[in-house]
Amino acid sequence: MMQLYGYLRENGTYGIRNYVLVIPASVCASHCAVQIAEGIPMAVALPHQHGCCQLGDDFASTVRTLAGFGKNANVGAALVVGLGCEGIQAKDIADEISASGKETASLIIQEAGGTLPAIAEGKQIVSRMASKLATQQKVPFDASALILGLECGGSDPTSGIASNPAIGVASDLLVQAGGSSILSETTECIGAEHLLAKRFVDAAQAERFLDMVRRVEDHAIAAGQDLRQGQPTPGNIEGGLTTIEEKSLGCMHKAGTSPFLGALEYAEAVPFDAHGLYFMDSPGQDIDSITGMVASGAQIVVFSTGRGTPTGNPIAPVIKITGNSETYEKMKDNIDINAGRMITDGVSLQDMGQEVYDCILRTANGELTKAEALGHREFGIYRTGYTY
Amino acid sequence: MKALLQIAESDNLATCLKALKKGETVQTDEVTICVTEDIPQFHKIALQAIPKGAPCRKYGEIIGIASADIPQGAHAHVHNIESTRGRGDKQEGGAQ
Repeated sequence: MMQLYGYLRENGTYGIRNYVLVIPASVCASHCAVQIAEGIPMAVALPHQHGCCQLGDDFASTVRTLAGFGKNANVGAALVVGLGCEGIQAKDIADEISASGKETASLIIQEAGGTLPAIAEGKQIVSRMASKLATQQKVPFDASALILGLECGGSDPTSGIASNPAIGVASDLLVQAGGSSILSETTECIGAEHLLAKRFVDAAQAERFLDMVRRVEDHAIAAGQDLRQGQPTPGNIEGGLTTIEEKSLGCMHKAGTSPFLGALEYAEAVPFDAHGLYFMDSPGQDIDSITGMVASGAQIVVFSTGRGTPTGNPIAPVIKITGNSETYEKMKDNIDINAGRMITDGVSLQDMGQEVYDCILRTANGELTKAEALGHREFGIYRTGYTY
Repeated sequence: MKALLQIAESDNLATCLKALKKGETVQTDEVTICVTEDIPQFHKIALQAIPKGAPCRKYGEIIGIASADIPQGAHAHVHNIESTRGRGDKQEGGAQ
């Protein structure tokens, strides 16, 4: 078994990357946040379009997402930048992040005197944080401290028969090693929810999960719309997936055979003290889904794709795997693992699952994923309400 | 490499692991099928005749309902299978 080395955080979690994160509290602070991080090694900004004029659960889940990114173990220090007058207050996000013990600061553009002074002040703070983090040594840790996000996107029928089952084996290996895994994409449980619900160890959590699936389906029905307008997508259909039920039954294989310990809301933190497999509510849209899992604490994501997709994440390495050998050949620059060999060369499910698990461990130890090497940093917050 | 992948015994659809040509003969453990039209790689073929309104099965589960009669050996996809889930368009007042 490969020895893992990572960055020990104040709350006992381990980062596999060491970023200074610059978080805009709202869209109004996004430009300044990007300018602050620009050119500073280890600094990364999270530009987004939200953070003001939101209500209720929608407001709360945006707060959880921004704070969750700051709390993620791959972040060593964080600066929250606010305009000043927005609905989500920079200080509230910063307070929540600093409760995890890591160095956190906040900065208000209206108080700093506008764009240029705010950028100058922000750069001073962030470059100081980066200098300090650069001296932090990695220490040994084991796989039980890893939280893995499970994603699939641009699916085709090979996802359900090759890449997703291989991810499922890897997820089971991680859970057996004492780590945690997150399955998300509630829309892509429609048609498979009866099989997944049976695997929850707690009946109340199974019901919570089923409620999440009903919520999505009822939303489409209440709007008087055919879900087929959005799912499966045109690419899924061209690849050979016919219905959302078929897509879901393939997607669920990512979660292997481990029992589910609970159902989390979007961006709700995976419990520190109960490691294992969890479900997290999210849309099927890849970026919003990955963003939610990373906000829940995932330090690493494994992402299967049949059609091929380039996306990454600002703070978590995203490993790409396809079950389609033709897609792998076409998009080698983007895809890390070709599970299409299960179909073309008869590679066994167990062997492919082990290969995925080994790649997870190597990536945790610092090997760059193709998405990282190409600078992919997609970020998107799942919105469930209007902007007022 | 096999031409067809039937995942569960109860499935009436199989995944074509390679592109199939009209007139070709393909086999599962159970049946020999004459392919009635060209089918792209990884798309599905009907292992048996599926009448309109009958359930279509893959993974041992229902993935939709036949929206037209599907002959054995035919390409089974969005033109002859429809989802039963999230169909707000079928509610009163829904978009048709």
